[in-house]
Parts: sequence; structure tokens; C-alpha cells
Amino acid sequence: MSSTLVILLVGGCVAASCALLGCFLVLRKMALMGDAISHAVLPGIVIAFLLAGDRSTLPMVLGASVLGVITVFLVEIGTRSRRLQEDASIGVVFPALFSIGVILISRYAGQVDLDLECVLYGEIAYTPLDLLYWGDRVLGPRALWINGSILIAVAAFLFAFYKELKISTFDPALAAALGFSPVLLHYLLMTMLSITIVGAFESVGAILVVAMLVVPAATAYLLTERLATMLALSTALGVASSTVGYFLARVLDASIAGSMAVVAGIFFATAFLFSPSHGLVAKAARHRRLGLGMAEQLLMLHIGQSSEPRSGQVSRGCEIDTLERRFNWRPSKLQKVAKRLERQGWLDRVQEGRLMLTAAGAEALERTGQAPLTHALQAED
Amino acid sequence: MLGLELSFTARNVLLGATLLGVVGGVMGCFAFLRRQSLLGDALAHAALPGVCVGFLLTQSKSPLPLFAGALVAGLLGSLVILLVVRFSRLKEDTAIGMVLSVFFGIGIVLLTYIQKLPLGNQSGLDKYLFGQAATLMPRDLAVMAVLGLLVISTIVLFFKEFKILCFDPEFGASLGFPMRRLEVLLTLLLVIVVVVGLQTVGVILIVAALVMPAASARQWTESLAVMLWLAGLLGGAAGAAGAMISATVERLPTGPVIVLISSSLLVLSLLLAPGRGLLWSFIKDRRLVHRIQRENLLKDLYVIGERAEGGSWSGWEQPVPWPMLMGVRGQSSPQLSRVARRCRRRNLLSREKDGVRLTEDGLRAARGIVRKHRLWELYLTRRLELAADHVHRDADAMEHTLTDDAVAFLEEKLGFPTLDPHGQPIPALEEASR
Amino acid sequence: MNSEVAEAVSTGPGGREREPAVEVHDLTVAYHTQPVLWDVDLVLPEGELIAIVGPNGAGKSTFLKTILGLIDPITGWVKICGAGYRRRRSWVAYVPQRESVDWDFPTSAVDVVTMGIYGRLGWFRRPRKHDRELALECLDKVGIADLADRQISQLSGGQQQRVFLARALAQQAQIYFMDEPFAGVDATTERAILSLLQELRNQGKTVVAVHHDLHTVAEYFDHVVLLNMRLVAAGPIRETFTEENLQRTYGGKLTVLTQATEDLLRARAGDPSLQQPTGPPPGQS
Repeated sequence: MSSTLVILLVGGCVAASCALLGCFLVLRKMALMGDAISHAVLPGIVIAFLLAGDRSTLPMVLGASVLGVITVFLVEIGTRSRRLQEDASIGVVFPALFSIGVILISRYAGQVDLDLECVLYGEIAYTPLDLLYWGDRVLGPRALWINGSILIAVAAFLFAFYKELKISTFDPALAAALGFSPVLLHYLLMTMLSITIVGAFESVGAILVVAMLVVPAATAYLLTERLATMLALSTALGVASSTVGYFLARVLDASIAGSMAVVAGIFFATAFLFSPSHGLVAKAARHRRLGLGMAEQLLMLHIGQSSEPRSGQVSRGCEIDTLERRFNWRPSKLQKVAKRLERQGWLDRVQEGRLMLTAAGAEALERTGQAPLTHALQAED
Repeated sequence: MLGLELSFTARNVLLGATLLGVVGGVMGCFAFLRRQSLLGDALAHAALPGVCVGFLLTQSKSPLPLFAGALVAGLLGSLVILLVVRFSRLKEDTAIGMVLSVFFGIGIVLLTYIQKLPLGNQSGLDKYLFGQAATLMPRDLAVMAVLGLLVISTIVLFFKEFKILCFDPEFGASLGFPMRRLEVLLTLLLVIVVVVGLQTVGVILIVAALVMPAASARQWTESLAVMLWLAGLLGGAAGAAGAMISATVERLPTGPVIVLISSSLLVLSLLLAPGRGLLWSFIKDRRLVHRIQRENLLKDLYVIGERAEGGSWSGWEQPVPWPMLMGVRGQSSPQLSRVARRCRRRNLLSREKDGVRLTEDGLRAARGIVRKHRLWELYLTRRLELAADHVHRDADAMEHTLTDDAVAFLEEKLGFPTLDPHGQPIPALEEASR
Repeated sequence: MNSEVAEAVSTGPGGREREPAVEVHDLTVAYHTQPVLWDVDLVLPEGELIAIVGPNGAGKSTFLKTILGLIDPITGWVKICGAGYRRRRSWVAYVPQRESVDWDFPTSAVDVVTMGIYGRLGWFRRPRKHDRELALECLDKVGIADLADRQISQLSGGQQQRVFLARALAQQAQIYFMDEPFAGVDATTERAILSLLQELRNQGKTVVAVHHDLHTVAEYFDHVVLLNMRLVAAGPIRETFTEENLQRTYGGKLTVLTQATEDLLRARAGDPSLQQPTGPPPGQS
């Protein structure tokens, strides 16, 4: 296997597991728990290192999972005590645990084959060199085995608990009433998250794993309304970020993990701006259109009201100045709205500075009534 | 002792750490109260690419361009968070996590890119990651001091406005204060503090310098002004102590040590602070539970004795058998014996061969409780007839909380009754004929 | 009664003609593209207790906030005593919903009341001793002067609402805008708030309150605004607060309320005189 392929596969596995779990983090408003756990597992990894004396996988996964659960637990203690809000609780727990990890690393620097650079950037570039043996036989790159297994575990977990996770994410009370313990699910999810983070830790580092967790899921959330689609999209975006990120890193001769995060960020920015349903551009256009529609309707309503023929007088329409004053609009806005209505043939300029409904306009106004077009407006946004 | 003979480096570290502790502590109070503790975390991470760009543009490591870069990048980060929350369906936590990790990713890319440039002076930029207080130079300290002073004096100047921004921004706006602009100012100050902390504790641990002293200080006081002072004090103390310890012990990085000292202070504050301390409220809760259990037991014994002998003293001289007592409230034997033991310790109860018996003290106490209970019951039923909507529930809880004054008042209101609504006698405080 | 409050209360902005307290013209407000208020035209008289009534989501709070300049309308404008909000800011006091703030904030009752004076202080100036005294007097007027130094999280719901009212009093305004001042308070506090509002009215002030309890509208208020995105009706209680108008405001949701309407109209006929509160409810202080 070429080393490029190995790196791409490892990156893909990490990105996919993170992206899958990340969807639930984003939907449960727990993105920052991902951040907290990714930092807080450090002491667990270091202790496992010190106890096992080498980089065996099992102790590390175990150590990290224990620390992950401890983090969740501590944050909950802080919140439950009602002395700290959730944000503060997260903000004190993970720096404390991370600090313990950093101190352990610097105290035992000689014995630990783990440096702070690796904690931050990961060392995905070295994964092809670190092989797993079974007796004398070479099974292949260790990281690939680990992250591959984690991906399978995450997928199996989601497959097994899909329905329960979905319900407890959208309606925890209902889930509890149906007999699925939200607490148990919460801790299961957090344990899976910790395991995923350990796997990713070595490859992309503590902070960039947050990018893998949060960014593809957030991007997918802007593109779809369905959970299943969101999971698929998020995975695809995660894998794409890691692949494109790798080649970007080669071009720039820079950190691979960092480039992956950058690419994920670019994907997000694109979706944020141009998503057909939730993008900024589409939204702005829609707001403009609906805003204008509302303004048109209001204008017609007023001209209609004030030009109702009163006791024999012939209606002479409505003065633009009066309208401006009443609506408190800029003159340019009034002109624009009036022009649009004129083009539709609903409004007429009787003389200079006067507006009047045409027959078609009066009819249109009759049709819509005086209430706002809520059905049209509510359908969107 | 070290005393005045600190080395040049140690003195710089001490100054830097104390400075950050004070400024971070004061500034952190606002972040803490506005529930934006993790915004500081995001801004710190977001500052990294700014530092790199600052270096790339000037190719020097003098503090000003690096700080300026960090400042701009931090502000950009906060702007992105604002935009994402405002214009998409994503919540603040996701926006923070995203800015934090993506900006940091950009920073890492730039950092690794810079490290491979043939410049020669680029090493040491990564000290901003974990902080390397030992590399602090007097010129760095000077910039930090100026920035810190700027932050503190702005807070002093706008104290009233910031206070209303944190407590009730809508009301503040109705008074005519430009709340949006004040918010921007506060974020700007936060970014400045983050920049001050970059070299001392590094991007990852700055959040602790912000949140921990503020959270600790909050436990000790109910006044914002005092909280700011205390947080500054606690932060400064943790910074100084951390710097000293890491200077004296080998291979102890400054930042993490400061964080651990701060966390210890926080744990102590959470447990011990008067009023809010968890330990005190735990003790208070336990005391209340014990008292209720005790009073219930005494009441049960009184009622049993009353039933046995129609209210004469001899009824309470008979020991009450254990199983009978357990039956009253369906308590388990160990539960009940714990309560009984606590009563015995107060000399309210004596243990006999075939059960327990109220002592004279115990009988007096029991009479008082039953009196309260029956008076309250009577009051409730009478009031029920008078005005149904004025009845307070929790009749059972009331007998444990009614004060003597309130009982006297009740008795007078009810016209010194002798029987409760069920026809049971209401015992007098002191039985005249014993 | 303290002199400073009394003075501010008795001297109106003298020498002007009786103008309507609030004039609202062609007001349309939307969140994004969702209209919340649609084409509201309204004049509120001076010196009366005015209730804004309507179902949930009818835009009542939005209406208040728009008058106070906290939300920009799409069309229309608002005048307070004949001028825009900016020029009349010092004539106006605002009582937001109690749930809108964090009551665990480290501050005391008297401190919150002092915030009502911040507007007059302007930038940079700190409240002085006499400002604090004024705040204490306002707390006294709402009957909780003894709780002045209590931390606000230790106050009951009713007491918190009184603190907010005291803060509005400290603003020494002509018009008081209140968002659900009776929400979630105990019976004693409700009486106390009501008598305070009546006192304000008797001194010639205007009170505009969002109110959710249809049972008490007719008993408590002089004037009513029925709102459900659009203005349904506005005017004196006797003419406006009719079953027909309520039906139009609440639509089908009103069936349960019909009995209540009858009750309150009967209550209105009796017009019970309301007594001064005797003190904080038992078990609170």
C-alpha cells in the first residue's frame, strides 16, 4: 500500500467517525462538549502510556474513555450544583484536566514517547510507518486498523441506536416517557465520542479533532432537513475535507491536520453563503422579495383605504408625500415599491405626486383582503 | 527563600503571570455572567493565525505586530461567530466550536509553513500555543502592562454601563444606552485580554485564566464590584503562585500550574464559600432532614401514648415496642434506629427492654410539635371555609417551620382552642397537672 | 412619602395641552419576514390605566418594544406625548418581563432599583448617595424597603416584580410601559401592584401594561387595546371590552372564557374599592 493511500484512508476513517457523531453533537447543542472531551482525554492517554509503557492501543482507548466519562460527569456536577452555568462548567473542567495532562507529559518527558506537538497537530504523516504485527506477520498500518475499527464501531452504534438517538435528541422528555433512558444514551454517546477522539488524537491532534467533529456536521445541517441525509452528507463532507486537506498540505508543505480543518472551514463557508435552503445569499434574496411583497401590500392597502370615494367626492388618490410621512419610509423605497406596482399594472400615477389604484389593483386588493399574506410568508423561512 | 533574589527570567514570569491573572480575572467576570465563558476560548484559538500573519508581514518577533495580528484575528473570529449565529440555524456552541477549530487549523497551517521558510528567526512562534512564560522579555511585559491598564481603566470607566449590559440589556437600551456598541467594546476588551495571555499561558489555557477566578469570586460575594476585585485578586494570586512554583520546581510548565492552582481555588470556593458553599448547604439540608425525622418520631410516640391512655401521663411511661413504631411510617429498622439514636443523644428518648420511651425532655418537645401541628390544622380548616384561595398547602411541612411567635399568633387568632378539627386535644405548652 | 418622588409625581411637563400619551401610526413590524404586527393605528389617552390584551404570539410584547424603540418597524411611526421616542426617553419608564433577566446576577434589590436612575445619570457618572436614597424610597413605595440589601435571587417572584416596579418608579417618568406586571405574582403583590398603578394614574401618569388575565382586565384597567397581530379594538373598557370583540381577538379559543367575561363585567358594575396592602405575605419576609 502506498503511504499516500494509507494516510488518505486513515484520514477518511477519522473524518467519517467524527462527522457521524458530530451530527448529534451539533443537534444536541453539545459541540463544546466535543471540544472539552478532546482536551480532557489527554491525561487519560498519558496515564495509560505510563502504565502500559508503550503505545498499545487498548489501554489508551480505555484511559481516554474513562477520562471522557469523568469530564461529562464533572461538567454535570458543576451544572447541577447550580453554582455554575454549563458554559462555565465546561470552561473550568477541561482546562484543569488538560493541564494535568500537560504537566504529566513534561514531568515524564523521558519516559513518554508523546510530545506536545503531537498533541496539537497529530502525526498522520507517520502513520504508514507504524505497522501492526501478528507474530511475525505484518498486518498493516496500526492507525488504519484502529481507526477502521472505531469507524465500524461508531457505525454499528448509530445503526443500533438510531431510533433512540433520534428521539432523545429531538424530544428527551418523550424518549424518557417511551422508556429510553436519555441519561444512558447520553453517556453511551459520550463514551463513543471519547473513543473516537482517542483514535483521532494521534492522527489530527486535540484541537483539530473538534474541526472534524463540528464543521462537517454544521455544514450538512445547513444543507438538509432530514437526519439520515444529514449523517450521509456530513460523512461525505468529512471525508472530502480530509482528502482535499491532505493534498493542500502537500502543496503548501504545511500541517496535514491543519489543512484538513481549513478545507472543512471552506466547505462550511460555501454552504453558509450559497446553500439553496439556508444560505445567506438565498435567504437575503428571499427576505428582499418577501419584504418588498409586504411593502407592496401595505402600500396598496393604504392607497385603497384612503381613496375610497367619500360622500360623492371623486377619489383623487393618495399623495406621495403623505404616504412617505405615514410610513416613515425613505423616498427611494417608496418610489421603488410604487414602480414595482405600476409595472404590475395595479397602480397609477394620476398626476405628479399622486398615486391611485387601478381597477386591476383594486381587484387584487379585494382578492387578498386586508390581512397580511401570512400563508405565503410563513411557507418560507 | 527566593525573596528579592529572583532571577531575571523568574521575575519576568512572575510579573507576566500576575498581570494576566488580574486582568483575566476582572474581565472574566463579565464573560462568566453573560454565559460566554467559552467565547474567550474561541477568541484565543482564533488569535493564532493573526500572530502568524503578523510575523509574516513584519518578519520580526517584536510584540506589537504580533499582538496587533492577534487582535485583528480575534475580532474577526468573534465577528464570524456573531454572523453564523445571526444568519443561520446553527447555535452558539456550534459556532464557537467551529471558529475555534477552523481558525486554529489556519494558524497551524501558517505556523508549519513559516517554520519551513528560510528566515532563521522564526523558531519560538509556537510558544503561543502552550505559552512559554520563560521567554517573556521586558518589552513584552511593557506592552502587556499597557494593554492590561487599558482594559482595567475601560472597565472602571464603563462599570455602570457594562453592569446593565450584563443584567438587563433591553432595559439599558430603553434608557438610551447603545447596547450593541457596548457589547462590541466588551468583546474588544476580551480579545485584548486574550492577547495579553498568549505568551504566558498559551491559547489553550487562557479560558481558565478567564473563567476560573470569576467563577471562584462569584461564590464569595453578591456584589458585582466586589466580585471584580476578588476575581482580580484570586487570578493575580494564582498567577503569582503558579509562576513561583514553576520557577522553583524543575520541568513544571507555568501555564498548567497556574490553571491547577486556580482550579483548586475554585473547588475550595464552591465547597466552602459562606452562603453559597456546597458544603454548608449540604450540612444545612442534612440538619433540616434530621430535625424533621426527629420531630416526626417524637410526634408518633406522643400520639401512640395518647391513644394508649387517653392523654394521661402514664400513657407515655409505657415503652413503645419497636415494630409498632416501624409500622407508623413504614420505615425500615436501621432507618428508625438511626433516628432514635440521634434522639437519644439529645436525651429525648430512652431505650427500654421492650422498646423506646419519651424522656421528660422528649415529652415536652413532642407536646410542642403536636401543638403546632394541630393548631395549624385547625387554622387551615377554618380558613378553608373562609377563603379557599388563601390556603397554603404543605401543612405537614409547616409544623417544622412555624416559629413560636407564629404559633402564639395562631392560637390567639383561633381563640385559644382546646380541640383540633379531628376532636383531638391540643396540648398546652406546659402540662400543669402532671 | 418622600419629597423627591412626590415632586416628580405631581409636576407634570407643565404648560402643554393634553396630548395623547402614545400615538401609533401605520405600524407594521416583522421578524425577518414574519409579520408580527400588521398596520396598527392607535391613540392611547393620557392619565389612564391601559391594558394590552391578546392571545399568545399576538405581538403584545413586540408592540411595547417597538414603542420603546427597541425594535425598528417596517412601516409607520410612534409618537410619545407628541414627539419621537428619542426626545421623550426621560418621560418613559419600562418594566420588562420578569423572566427576561438572570436573577442570579450578583446584585442587591436596591442596586437594581438604582439602575432606573442610570438614564438620568448618563455616561460615566456613578450613582451617588442621594440616588441610593431615592432608590430606597422607591422600594419603600412598593412595600419592600426592608429587603433593600437582599440578593435578588433570594427574593420571591412577587418581590422581584416589585423590585422591577420600584426601578420604574425611580425613572420618575410620565408614562410607564409594563410587560405582564402581574405574571406569576402572589395575591398580596397583585393587590400592591394594582394600588400602585392606581396611585400613578391618580397623579396623572399613564400606565400601559401587557396583561394576560382576562378575568381582571375590566376590574383593573380603564382602557383596553385588543391586539392579535392587527388591532382588533381599542377604547374605554365599558365600550370596548365586549364579548364580541374578545371573540374577534381570540377566535375559537375563547369558549372557556365566556363565563369569565360575564363575571368581570359584573365585577366592573360593582367596581369594588381596593384596599392598600397590609404588608408582605406570610412566609416571605
